[in-house]
Amino acid sequence: MRHLESRGFKWVSLVALWAAAAVPVAKAAEKPAKTVLLATTTSTQDSGLLDLLVPMFEKETGYLVKTISVGSGQAMAMGKRGEADVLLVHSPSEEKQVVAEGFAIDRRLVMHNDFILVGPPGDPARIKGSKTAQEAFQKIAVAKARFLSRGDNSGTNAKEKGLWRAAGLNPEGQAWYQQTGLGMGDTLNVASEKGGYTLTDRGTFLALGRSGRRLNLAVLLEGEPHLLNIYHVMEVNPAKWPKVNAAGARAFSDFMVAKKTQDAIGRFGVERFGSPLFTPDAGKDPSSLGI
Amino acid sequence: MDLILQGIAQALHLLWSLDREVLAITLLSLEVSGAATAISVVIGISLGTAIALAPFWGKQLVVSVVNTGMGLPPVVVGLFVSILLWRSGPLGFLGILYTPAAIVIAQSIIATPIVMGITIGAMQNLPPNLRLQILALGATRWQMVWWLVKEARLPLMAGVMAGFGGVISEVGASIMVGGNVKGYTRVLTTATVMETGRGNFDIAIALSVILLALCLSVNYLLTMVQQRDRPR
Repeated sequence: MRHLESRGFKWVSLVALWAAAAVPVAKAAEKPAKTVLLATTTSTQDSGLLDLLVPMFEKETGYLVKTISVGSGQAMAMGKRGEADVLLVHSPSEEKQVVAEGFAIDRRLVMHNDFILVGPPGDPARIKGSKTAQEAFQKIAVAKARFLSRGDNSGTNAKEKGLWRAAGLNPEGQAWYQQTGLGMGDTLNVASEKGGYTLTDRGTFLALGRSGRRLNLAVLLEGEPHLLNIYHVMEVNPAKWPKVNAAGARAFSDFMVAKKTQDAIGRFGVERFGSPLFTPDAGKDPSSLGI
Repeated sequence: MDLILQGIAQALHLLWSLDREVLAITLLSLEVSGAATAISVVIGISLGTAIALAPFWGKQLVVSVVNTGMGLPPVVVGLFVSILLWRSGPLGFLGILYTPAAIVIAQSIIATPIVMGITIGAMQNLPPNLRLQILALGATRWQMVWWLVKEARLPLMAGVMAGFGGVISEVGASIMVGGNVKGYTRVLTTATVMETGRGNFDIAIALSVILLALCLSVNYLLTMVQQRDRPR
């Protein structure tokens, strides 16, 4: 075994170690012009929609899409810092602000689904039968029923906070109002475990309900016009952040509103859930959706 | 309980059927954490040995900093590394955010203090006269260092396993600097978090089982190396 102690062997093995370590680094040296950084919400990822659309886009255009799935709030913060190329989010009032501040351009309507209010099947706050979301929220506050909020500045969280405001209530700091800081799937699990109410998008609720574990939650309010969940795509402004892949962002944005993609969106979910999870809306007049 | 059994069954099925995505995720976990461990071993053992053997002013302070580094929260490392690697950050020009390289960097930063700290302890634990004995036998300085490292190989290997264990299991930094991009930076830990969030508990448990099996296999190999030519 003398050769194992020789200097040559030691150096060769050291170099081999470094080379092995360098492999992932080398693999990572992809051409930046071909990469598109998509910052999006957890709902588009968790529902599985992007697992369908992104490969379609990559095949069509040859771009490599890096989908960074965080809440709408974080996605837009990334956009404002130029850390993403294109945003697919569902927080309309914050989106309009980002565009007004000049950080995003070309905001286009893509699709919508709806939010629903779910809660324990026993419905301790008796919100079933409420005409509006505001009415339901008021009942929850009066009954001091446990409510789980995402508390993470996501699109869903923004919608929920807007509904509390519209109901003239401020639940912050109350013992029954609990904020998880987690994504929709995790928050639904918490609500199911703790017997609390929560606001969720229909897509994630359906997707979770179908998996191994049944959620102990019932749909208590749906179909109310204020509960529409609307998605837009917008490109990060290359004038503010020259390093963004403007061409790639444009290509993705065009792809999301293209007819073929919109058709795919409209069919998504039918096989698994019997009804589509999203309604394609590209090109429609936004006011027809009530926003 | 049957959820866990289901998960184990699912794990075996995924591995047996050589499910491409799961294989890719597993391989990437191994590559990334293996590379990070390799880097941390090279830096940790060499610097650790140097710190342990050489007398210098401020040694106590340096050693305590290294020991503190052993407990560095991975998510904090992930946050700071991602800030460095942002496009607008100082190292943004490298363009390696959301690539496996970024995860390797973050995990190396997490593992190096672990390996270094254990190395320092191991080297300082050697009998103090051993150095003199080896030198008396006619060894050069470098040969002496080499023999001391060989003498301390039992605890040093433990340090390597601790470093590997620390990074194969971490998720905070991997998510922040890797982005959990499908087919690209998705590793076992980040995939488990994602599948849990989606409510796919069976897949999440399956991935956990695979991760545990991976840890066990790697550590078994390392332990065999550590324990070879020990009297039985």
